[in-house]
Amino acid sequence: MDLAYGPKYEAFREEVRAFLTKYKSQAPKGLGAAGRPSPEACSWQQLLIQYGYAARTIPKDYGGYGAKPDILESRIIAEEFSAARVPSALQNQGISMLVPTLLELGTEEQKKKWVKPTLRGEVVWCQGYSEPGSGSDLASLQTRATVDGDDFVINGQKIWTSTAHEADMIFCLVRTEPDKPKHEGISYLIFSMKTPGIEVRPLTTMTGHAEFNEVFFTDVRVPKTQIVGQRGQGWFVANATLKHERGMLGDPAAMETRFQALVDLMREETVDGQRAIDNPIFRDRLVRLQAELAAMKFNGLRLLTSASKGEDSGLARLIVKLQSCELTHQISALAIDVMGEFGVLYDDSPYLRSHGSWQWGYMFQLGLIIGGGTAQIQKNIISERGLGMPREPKLAK
Amino acid sequence: MEFALSEEQRMLQDSVRRFLEQNAPLDKVRLAAGNTHTVQRSLWAGASELGIPGMLIPEDFGGMGLGFLDAAIVYEMFGRHVAPLPFLGTAVMAPLALMLAGSEAQQEKWLPKIAAGEIVAGVAVTERIGIREGAGVKARKGTLTGKSLFVIDWAEADLYIVADSDHGLHLVLPDAKGLSRRALNTIDKTRSVGELVFDRVAAEPLRLSSADAVARVIDAGRVMLAADTLGAGQMMIEKAVAYAGERKQFGRVIGSFQAVKHLCAEMAAALEPSRSLVWYAAHALDEVPGDARLMACHAKSHLSEVGRFVARTATEVHGGMGFTDLLGLHYWFKRIGFDRQLLGGPELVRLEAAHLQGWAA
Repeated sequence: MDLAYGPKYEAFREEVRAFLTKYKSQAPKGLGAAGRPSPEACSWQQLLIQYGYAARTIPKDYGGYGAKPDILESRIIAEEFSAARVPSALQNQGISMLVPTLLELGTEEQKKKWVKPTLRGEVVWCQGYSEPGSGSDLASLQTRATVDGDDFVINGQKIWTSTAHEADMIFCLVRTEPDKPKHEGISYLIFSMKTPGIEVRPLTTMTGHAEFNEVFFTDVRVPKTQIVGQRGQGWFVANATLKHERGMLGDPAAMETRFQALVDLMREETVDGQRAIDNPIFRDRLVRLQAELAAMKFNGLRLLTSASKGEDSGLARLIVKLQSCELTHQISALAIDVMGEFGVLYDDSPYLRSHGSWQWGYMFQLGLIIGGGTAQIQKNIISERGLGMPREPKLAK
Repeated sequence: MEFALSEEQRMLQDSVRRFLEQNAPLDKVRLAAGNTHTVQRSLWAGASELGIPGMLIPEDFGGMGLGFLDAAIVYEMFGRHVAPLPFLGTAVMAPLALMLAGSEAQQEKWLPKIAAGEIVAGVAVTERIGIREGAGVKARKGTLTGKSLFVIDWAEADLYIVADSDHGLHLVLPDAKGLSRRALNTIDKTRSVGELVFDRVAAEPLRLSSADAVARVIDAGRVMLAADTLGAGQMMIEKAVAYAGERKQFGRVIGSFQAVKHLCAEMAAALEPSRSLVWYAAHALDEVPGDARLMACHAKSHLSEVGRFVARTATEVHGGMGFTDLLGLHYWFKRIGFDRQLLGGPELVRLEAAHLQGWAA
């Protein structure tokens, strides 16, 4: 057990700090969540790539910085940007999911064409996976692509497509081999969202906002060359991508920020003149969450150590999505309870606290518990892969 | 940056695990549980050959000079095997009290004996956490009066370390005049606790006693209890998974039903991150003093909650068999239940954690 990074990494940390001191003033106010980055955000991203603080390990030929992968360096960059409250590298589905997939399985031409502008924030992607009838059982998806001359012709519907209304491009799973077993009949296509026949409809959720979309395809023609991997191999291409998605969830630093905001809230909110933090029941719940957060934080350090040695951390990794989403949701739940009636204020109501973000978060985070592999699917994964328990007997092909 | 056990630590843990697998299988635990207030001398002698009683004691006094993380991973193995041995008081809290507050002469007199496994040392600190039944010990002119409950490693102790109500720590011999002792029988038959009643009992103060020394002894005890629960909980999960893989109903092993699998997943999901919390809390006792007390509180309270969930859930996965004495699963259930209350239940400990952060009015 050694929590120090050592001289080599501390020197690297100094480099990062020097960069931040020098360029901090050029940073945009915020990068926005997952939508289209502003021009300022794009230039900031390009500066970060130039200095190796974004796209750090992507080869230079494809528009990255070309450093050797070093997870501790990545961690130090994240720590220092967070400490300086400076927006770090752009994060979106194109960068975190499509780019790694293309680098692993794309053709040379695809890599050359798409990786660089995606990294620079110039091309925005959305993900066409889930369908109304295919959620947890994603491989049952029914959006069809039939061959007509040099094109695929796509018909069907996708759902939960965040940023579809702003995206330039989509990476999309379609059924090309309807007669094959479900996992072997899927192909992975990439195409422009401006292709004729695509309709995007916003999907309003329980939060009252449209964080997602539905996407409808009617006779959408896509050249056959725009496939990633082989025909019928799309499921395996997508799994490479899903593997990258799991890394995006369960960031202990983000949970810690929410927890600190909760502590501040509990110091400010009063009932009958008593601060919430002085109420023994609220306080007990707060400390209980703090202990859970500490466990997740140290679990994260353990994962970091395993990853830096190239070891698989097994259970410690498999439980992250389930536990982090639940904990995040519980932090919001306590915030709402602390506020009482004020906790259900919403929209632009008088007396609204924190712009209604706790209530929005409480609802949206329930979506995160369900999305990206439901809690129940996570428990299947933990018990089957982590504990070696028997799989559910398969009924349907 | 290395948040992991070292190679040496993994070897240490393996050797303790093998020792307990060979020497303290469940039938031995059952026998010992029939004599809770008797020290298992031959088992303790075996543990002494591995250096366990003196693991925290400096080499100058015949110990191994190891750290709290080493002690925690050893006690984790004790929890895993519900080992009926006096580790918590004798190998951790008593030597720590002597190391923090004892004079050189006191250390020279007692630490080598503890390290050699020659003596059992009980620890009476419960009233420093909470007073019930009018307990508490007053020190006056070299004597102690009052009573202390839930004295750890009470049975056959050759020495007691007793905290008074004013941050003092004292050495008391079991045959001292005016000292009366009563065993307390708990659900956990693998560890002995008892009551000490003092009527002007001659006691030798540890000269460097302080509020901080008492608190550090309690911190260390709490982290060890968390580690014990971690090991016991891990074993309960493994037993539940194994049972669910064998037991058949409706023509299938019950482990293929999601209702059962999900219980196992929930246990693993709760316990696995707790392991990292225990590691850090133990590491902090040695290396991060500013974090140590808060993390001891978090480890103790969090493992108490996770432990309770695992103990009842693993029992449920075993169905009716889990409820019987035949499988012996209840030894783990009771061990975890005992760990939860000793040295402060989770609500009390969380209140302390709040005070530490200035959160309580």
